Amino acid sequence: MFEILHKDILAPTVHRFVIRAPFIAPKRKPGNFIMLRIDRNGERIPLTLVDSNVADGTITLIVQGIGKSTRQLLTMNAGDSLQDVVGPLGNPTPILTGQTVVCVGGGVGTAELYPITKALREAGNTVYAIIGGRTKDLVILENEMRAVTTDTFVTTDDGSYGRKGLVTDQLKDLIDSTSGVTAVYAIGPLPMMKAVSAVTRPYGIHTVVSLNAIMVDGTGMCGGCRVSVNGQMKFACVDGPEFDGHQVDFDELIMRNRGYAGDERASLERFEHPADHECRMGGSK
Amino acid sequence: MSNILKPSQRMKIPRQHSMEQPAADRVQNFTEVSLGLDEVLALTEASRCLECTQPICVNGCPVNVDIKAFIQLVSEHKYVDAVRKIRESNYLPAVCGRVCPQEEQCEAVCTLGKKFDPVAIGKLERFVADYELKMDQYTSPVVVERRDEKVAIVGSGPAGLTCAAELAKKGYRVTVFEALHEAGGVLRYGIPEFRLPREILDVEIDRVKSLGVELQTNFVVGRTATVDELFDSWGFSAIFLGTGAGTPHFMGIPGENLIGVYSANEFLTRVNLMKAYKFPDYDTPVRLGKRVAVIGGGNTAMDAVRTSLRLGAEKAYLVYRRSRNEIPARLEEIHHAEEEGVQFMLLTNPTRILGDERNTVKAMECLRMELGEPDASGRRKPVPVPGSEFILEVDTVIMAVGQAPNPIIQATTPGLGTGKKGTVNVNEHQQTNRPGIFAGGDLARGGATVILAMRDGKEAASAIDAYLREKITAPKSSSQG
Repeated sequence: MFEILHKDILAPTVHRFVIRAPFIAPKRKPGNFIMLRIDRNGERIPLTLVDSNVADGTITLIVQGIGKSTRQLLTMNAGDSLQDVVGPLGNPTPILTGQTVVCVGGGVGTAELYPITKALREAGNTVYAIIGGRTKDLVILENEMRAVTTDTFVTTDDGSYGRKGLVTDQLKDLIDSTSGVTAVYAIGPLPMMKAVSAVTRPYGIHTVVSLNAIMVDGTGMCGGCRVSVNGQMKFACVDGPEFDGHQVDFDELIMRNRGYAGDERASLERFEHPADHECRMGGSK
Repeated sequence: MSNILKPSQRMKIPRQHSMEQPAADRVQNFTEVSLGLDEVLALTEASRCLECTQPICVNGCPVNVDIKAFIQLVSEHKYVDAVRKIRESNYLPAVCGRVCPQEEQCEAVCTLGKKFDPVAIGKLERFVADYELKMDQYTSPVVVERRDEKVAIVGSGPAGLTCAAELAKKGYRVTVFEALHEAGGVLRYGIPEFRLPREILDVEIDRVKSLGVELQTNFVVGRTATVDELFDSWGFSAIFLGTGAGTPHFMGIPGENLIGVYSANEFLTRVNLMKAYKFPDYDTPVRLGKRVAVIGGGNTAMDAVRTSLRLGAEKAYLVYRRSRNEIPARLEEIHHAEEEGVQFMLLTNPTRILGDERNTVKAMECLRMELGEPDASGRRKPVPVPGSEFILEVDTVIMAVGQAPNPIIQATTPGLGTGKKGTVNVNEHQQTNRPGIFAGGDLARGGATVILAMRDGKEAASAIDAYLREKITAPKSSSQG
């Protein structure tokens, strides 16, 4: 079992967990993820490793409650334990040196972007960040990002905080106003990463995206996370999770990630309103 | 002599058959299809054994179970002694009695089988293993010698569990590392419950643990710790790699990334390991339509297509490019699939999968095939019939066209010799080119059977024992294989 040692609430639907995982903590690198199972009936879900503390043997995750499992996770607190945590998985982010880099985070993607941003800064790059969210509550880690960047820009879709608009609006302006942007790292919802890749393509700026595909095992066994990259079939878990954004078939992946939408809704509905479903529990099994 | 019948009398007794759940019932559930032999049937079957002076069945068994001796013990009603006899050579008798292809091994060479049906060795093995469990008669063997060296086993499938058990019996301190959250490897995620009930698997694994074997789940060797870290930081003196062949192949045809296309690995893992058939009581869903096509002809394909029926598929097709004679799956599985209503589309090969506007499978285009000249495998090569394209309306396609070894260990273990198909190279003692590292099962073979994986695990255990003993007596010598 993997004990939750500490939890804080970054936004009503975005919580940060510090979890005891002594084998994983010393091996974590930016870009790695873990697979987690909450309880014995749980599904295995991939979550990006945000940070780790080798001395304490802990890892940090930031979770946005979206589906059944992530919302269930938000109900857990310090002292509770998770059934399974395995990792670190996936290839670490290749950290460039001597470049001018823009790190673009959308929503909870900012949490995943933070360790990469920090590593890029520590490697001596000039680093800018653009972090966005639908609304003010979903803009997270602004202070942390500011601490590891030359400048950090904030956007919200509804204008409730920072610049009103999308991260891509800010990105285009930044590329145009800052000479020599050579690389962009983008992590967020798939449509956002697709849009970022579309912005950078005409400039020929190397763009790295982190793909959150549906996975079962996370170790290359199921093939559920397959994505088309430059026309080739890749597994996001072992070949990624990061790929060249200009080569990813985002439309296909967006469709694939909707493959379980109906089941996900049913599972969430049952979790949020268990009383309505009691009659079905244990039946016809 | 345990058998009072004369050989001529024994030959007149017909082969006894297991009781089975009727096909119409069992397609509605995930409980075991074969109910095994009862005591009367087992005694009758055991009395058929000719007790050959040279029991060639023993050589037909990859781990050389003393078949003649255990069947004699059955005849003497000493069922627990019989399973203990098996366990001297094979620590997973309840598993092997269910999933081994005996018809290609021990039973293929059975003397009785030359003129009559061979002795049902596998069914007898299962009977004594189940008897011991029912009577709660299991005891761990006494380990006579304790050894200080620690051995790491990577992967808890049949190769790893066997290697672990054999080394623990020799007194070594053994830790098995498993990437998933439960042990068993392909026995857990691949083979369905209706062929291998999970309580049977759990008991077999518990028995390996009862030998003092430590099990560390949620540990991906190559990621959580590399092979070299297991030597240098974790203090292991030898390592056995048994990570199997877990990376699924696809065909490389258009449409394989549509929603509704699964690898057999993913489909079976969702159902077997994650219990998707109990969704939403279990959180993992599986998306299955009404018309399912499984591509391939191996045991994995049979498992997938029979699982589809149990999940409610109205049509379950098995699409295989060669003919009935070349299907690699076990005969018993083919029979069971036919009884359950699987439709075999033989000499048929998919050319593309067609989707609707939501990128979801709606049909599959196939070509008819005919058999040409024998290929490298000795089987007649399937050749497309020109212009024979046709459309099969399906909403789910499951690819069971083979697996390759998972690349993580090879990629993170410098200097480890590997073969063309991602396998790890080994000599006849399962030694790799790196001292202290041994490998076996599908990782070395590229895709074989449970029992061959167990054979490798057993051979590796002997080789590891020899390697570690030699290291003590001649610490500077290299025992590289």
